[in-house]
Amino acid sequence: MNRTLANPSPADLLARMMLIRAYEEKIVAFHAAGPFPSVCTSVGQEASAVGAVTALRSEDQILTNHRSAGHLLARGADPGRMLAEVMGRQDGYCKGRSGTLHISVKELGVVLTSTIVGGELSLAPGVALSRTMLGGSGIVACFFGDGAACEGIFHESLNLAAVWNLPILYIVENNQWQAFVHRKETMVGDHIAPWAASYGIASRTVDGNDVEAMHRAALEAAAFVRENRKPFLLEAWTYRQRGHMEPNDQSYVDPAELESWKGKDPIDRQVARLLASGALTEAEVEAMRAEARATIEAAAAFAAASPFPDVAEVGEGAYA
Amino acid sequence: MSTITLHDALGQALAEEMRRDPRVLMFGEGVATKRTDLLEEFGAPRVRNTPLAEGIIAGTAAGAAATGLRPVADLLFAPFLCFAMDEIVNSAGKLRYMSGGQFEFPLVVMAMTGAGWTVGAQHNHNLEAWFVHAPGLKVVMPSTPADAKGLLKAAIRDDNPVIFLSDIGLLFVPGEVPDGEVVVPLGKADIKRAGTDVTLISYAKTVHHCLEAATALEAQGISAEVVDLRTLKPLDEATLLASVAKTGRAVVVHEAGGPCGVGAEVAAILAEKAFASLKAPVLRLTGPDVPAPSSYVLEQAFVPQAPAIAAAAAKLLNSPALV
Repeated sequence: MNRTLANPSPADLLARMMLIRAYEEKIVAFHAAGPFPSVCTSVGQEASAVGAVTALRSEDQILTNHRSAGHLLARGADPGRMLAEVMGRQDGYCKGRSGTLHISVKELGVVLTSTIVGGELSLAPGVALSRTMLGGSGIVACFFGDGAACEGIFHESLNLAAVWNLPILYIVENNQWQAFVHRKETMVGDHIAPWAASYGIASRTVDGNDVEAMHRAALEAAAFVRENRKPFLLEAWTYRQRGHMEPNDQSYVDPAELESWKGKDPIDRQVARLLASGALTEAEVEAMRAEARATIEAAAAFAAASPFPDVAEVGEGAYA
Repeated sequence: MSTITLHDALGQALAEEMRRDPRVLMFGEGVATKRTDLLEEFGAPRVRNTPLAEGIIAGTAAGAAATGLRPVADLLFAPFLCFAMDEIVNSAGKLRYMSGGQFEFPLVVMAMTGAGWTVGAQHNHNLEAWFVHAPGLKVVMPSTPADAKGLLKAAIRDDNPVIFLSDIGLLFVPGEVPDGEVVVPLGKADIKRAGTDVTLISYAKTVHHCLEAATALEAQGISAEVVDLRTLKPLDEATLLASVAKTGRAVVVHEAGGPCGVGAEVAAILAEKAFASLKAPVLRLTGPDVPAPSSYVLEQAFVPQAPAIAAAAAKLLNSPALV
């Protein structure tokens, strides 16, 4: 799989979203089948991940969070090695030391993943400082949620990035949920984007469930960061279609809100668009879905066949 | 050999390492304001002031270290590290292991602590044991200008995150520093005074109190060995065990509070690995389990002083059954 998707077509964007959905559905199926490590899925947020990540270049770096499968797969991560990590196997990207929550993939520029909410915001300025001081044209994309924006470190990170002119594209995926609490209970306004103005940082909000709109906005935002060597904040307006973690519990979710957002599902929307334009036929769409599922089935088989790490190594690797 | 303060020894170490390695940079609250010599020599990109925001200072150090730089972050006073615990403990300390070895974190976090400036408990709190307990970190706390210089240089060269704590009470005390390159390896204790009857184990300012006590004990015919741990993690077990194998008695002394402190760790190691050598129980002399007071007399009373150390050691020799 390509590390980056240069100039992705609308169908390419759809294919990546389908791959992410198939991955997350496989996780859900694993949970339905029996005990499986807990996972925070990104179902419903595929457009945000694919639209943004495919707007980056290979020299750019990514920091993500606990809901990271979309970012990793959009970047071209191997779903087999991701599932192996989730399942605690030796072939996982982090050799089973991370689990689902903290998968980093240095070779893809997914440099660090902290699942302390806001951890990615604390690390981003340093990564961008390295980019600045060690040369190169790359920028840093930092993915976080509306929950992390309510952490103090959000404000420290944006302030420092602004003061030091650091090339960071902050991408807040406002999925309406902060673990088990709706953002309406924790924020006075609806949006994070206006907060950036307090630090002299330009920002905008985009329909994060429209993959093409998201991709265009991310391309523009990344170009701004790349050319001006200063931060930008892009807010993706989206929705977490499943509970905070698997196994799923949405007893606390307003059913009307959930249904409303499912009506704006990013994959359904892109399918409808491409069918309407004649770019794809129903048969081609079904073939794409089948291919995504087949890729994930093969990945799951690879992961299941991967050995567990050697327990004799449990005490090794904390120190260089 | 020149005689300089610990503060100036740290400045020398920083300048030498920044000269040696262009990836080394320093930032923190007032770093560029106060270290004008470094700013002049190395320029604003490598000597940076920051907002008063410890979390993002430490997080920036972790992110920079993971991606090619070798940052030194100055967080001023140790209690301020509480604002940076996530970045130090959860990120810098854990992410090497958690990433399956994909990333390393060659960074140094500097802070001051200890009695001496009557700054009170929110500027003086010996937190070193917290960081000893955190996997992935190393912890250094020197007692002399020469060790401070050599340990800071080693810390900057180390590929792991190092918490470098300077004792406020020692910062402006002069001491001899050798000319030329001084690098003190991390994880090596130093026998500051050799002896045969009892081992006084300490670090930072209480090393000097142990040395005073050793002089007093000599007058009583008791030969005390003083071991300066210098690095609290990794701990130099070999030097500790060799000393106690010789003396059979140990008093562990530190300014930090006792519960789960470095003294508890040392005592446990001696119980596990030197039990057959011990002629008496291992004693701890520590600061009380209260916030550090400000008033000078209370602040001094908080710190284990030489007479108490000498008395404890003498008791081990004269009436161990009553300890």
